[in-house]
Amino acid sequence: MATAAAHQTARTQPHTGQDSGAGADEAYARAFDATVAADERIEPRDWMPDAYRATLVRQIAQHAHSEIIGMQPEANWITRAPSLRRKAILMAKVQDEAGHGLYLYSAAETLGASREELLDKLHSGRQKYSSIFNYPTLTWADVGAIGWLVDGAAITNQVPLCRCSYGPYARAMVRVCKEESFHQRQGYELLLALSRGTPEQHAMAQDAVDRWWWPSLMMFGPPDDESAHSAQSMAWKIKRHSNDELRRRFVDICVPQAASLGLTLPDPDLKWNEERGHHDFGAIDWTEFKEVLKGNGPCNEQRITQRRRAHEEGAWVREAAAAYAAKHSSGTEVEQA
Amino acid sequence: MTTTTHTHTAALALGDDALVLSHRLGEWMGHAPVLEEEVALGNIALDLLGQARILLSMAGDEDELAYLREERAFRNLQLVEQPGGDFAHTIARQLYFSTYQHLLYARLASVEGPFAGLAAKAVKEVAYHRDHAEQWTLRLGDGTEESHERMRRACTALWRFTGEMFAPLDGLDLDLSELEPVWLESVRSVLERAGLAVPEGSRTGAWRAGAGREGLHTESFGRMLAEMQHLHRSHPGASW
Repeated sequence: MATAAAHQTARTQPHTGQDSGAGADEAYARAFDATVAADERIEPRDWMPDAYRATLVRQIAQHAHSEIIGMQPEANWITRAPSLRRKAILMAKVQDEAGHGLYLYSAAETLGASREELLDKLHSGRQKYSSIFNYPTLTWADVGAIGWLVDGAAITNQVPLCRCSYGPYARAMVRVCKEESFHQRQGYELLLALSRGTPEQHAMAQDAVDRWWWPSLMMFGPPDDESAHSAQSMAWKIKRHSNDELRRRFVDICVPQAASLGLTLPDPDLKWNEERGHHDFGAIDWTEFKEVLKGNGPCNEQRITQRRRAHEEGAWVREAAAAYAAKHSSGTEVEQA
Repeated sequence: MTTTTHTHTAALALGDDALVLSHRLGEWMGHAPVLEEEVALGNIALDLLGQARILLSMAGDEDELAYLREERAFRNLQLVEQPGGDFAHTIARQLYFSTYQHLLYARLASVEGPFAGLAAKAVKEVAYHRDHAEQWTLRLGDGTEESHERMRRACTALWRFTGEMFAPLDGLDLDLSELEPVWLESVRSVLERAGLAVPEGSRTGAWRAGAGREGLHTESFGRMLAEMQHLHRSHPGASW
């Protein structure tokens, strides 16, 4: 494209001899703005504003952390999955999440943030993960509710990220979204089997939906007028739609699916609004959201403790791998020297 | 394909090995020492579960067999039911078992019989499992002092469960004892390259560790089954 060609030379950050004065900085900034405006991708070696880089690192890290913390509530049921087919599906899903964590930490590395540094921030509470994973998986049906609602909400959030202005993140999201859509379908199918099963299974499914519905709506973040980072992220085309807009879209998708499942969404105010062309829904309890965010959710302590423990207990393994690699590469280094 | 009672017996034994080890590896998910190992151990667990489903289906209904048998009816090796322990124990268990399973499937794939199809596919998966175990044995054995010591302990602790792998198995038209010298040589080679001594303890003997094929298991296995079977058994006749 013409725009890309025109700005190609100005976009790439100089590697050595930083002699760029204010004039050069302005040229880079203009090239950056033009790339974003033209809906093209910013790549790792391109110049970018510090705040853009910081916003992306924060968002990608939070996303990566959510994938690895998100393994816990579902892995909680791997050893108890009630059929071998379900067990295979669940293991594959949890394994996918580890894989998503890997792509995302790699995407963050392209911005200069190492996985080690980001994990350290997760473990010390300086970076967050999606609050939804601070809710417990109490029954098998919760595995279905997570797939249908939590992964469904994640897809609604993430599909627009496939067009995010930062190339490595956008490309990682293409792959993640394909897998998430499989996860969402398995969750729906799991709940359908329960809903059409014995009365006890049906009740288990309804109970799970009752508990996961509201937290899923909170996954889209605070209302637009209270969202701290939204406006700038929209301008940078990291974010494409507002929190409330995505939330409405999600509710509209879920209502007919709940009806097909034969399950009720726990909101007496939920009804179609002909005029707006969307469903109206009841007020979200933002006090609960803020409490969970602050660390007072049912599983905050448990999740981070398990994560830290796995990391600490694995330290000797990582050290061994590093020591082995050092021993077996030092030979080549000596030869090269 | 006509499957005889003999085939059932062997399918059950090999299917239980894969099922139980898959379960044990699944316990790591969310707890692995590094993210790459969440993926790798999950992958191995999934391969094994896939093998288990095919093998158990040769012997009957996979879910009835997995969820409704009592402990004494399971025919898996005691080696695979051993709790994960630390990562070194998991790797030692993987090294011993995947080396055995690779030899076994390679042999089964090379002769006509009810297991040839499964074995031909599975042997490729297991080659990766063995490679994974070998690479980690080298890293842990030849890594730090601590990792060396942990790996040494793990290899020694599990050694006595390895004799059982080569006992005759009803329904398999092959002499498993023929695999034993090859297995020993293969394991010895990896351990030596890792700077680890081959454990000296007995692999069979006065008190013979390993009677899993006869339905005698170790204490932790009952708890593993209790966890695995609880939900299924709580809803008799339900489908999932």
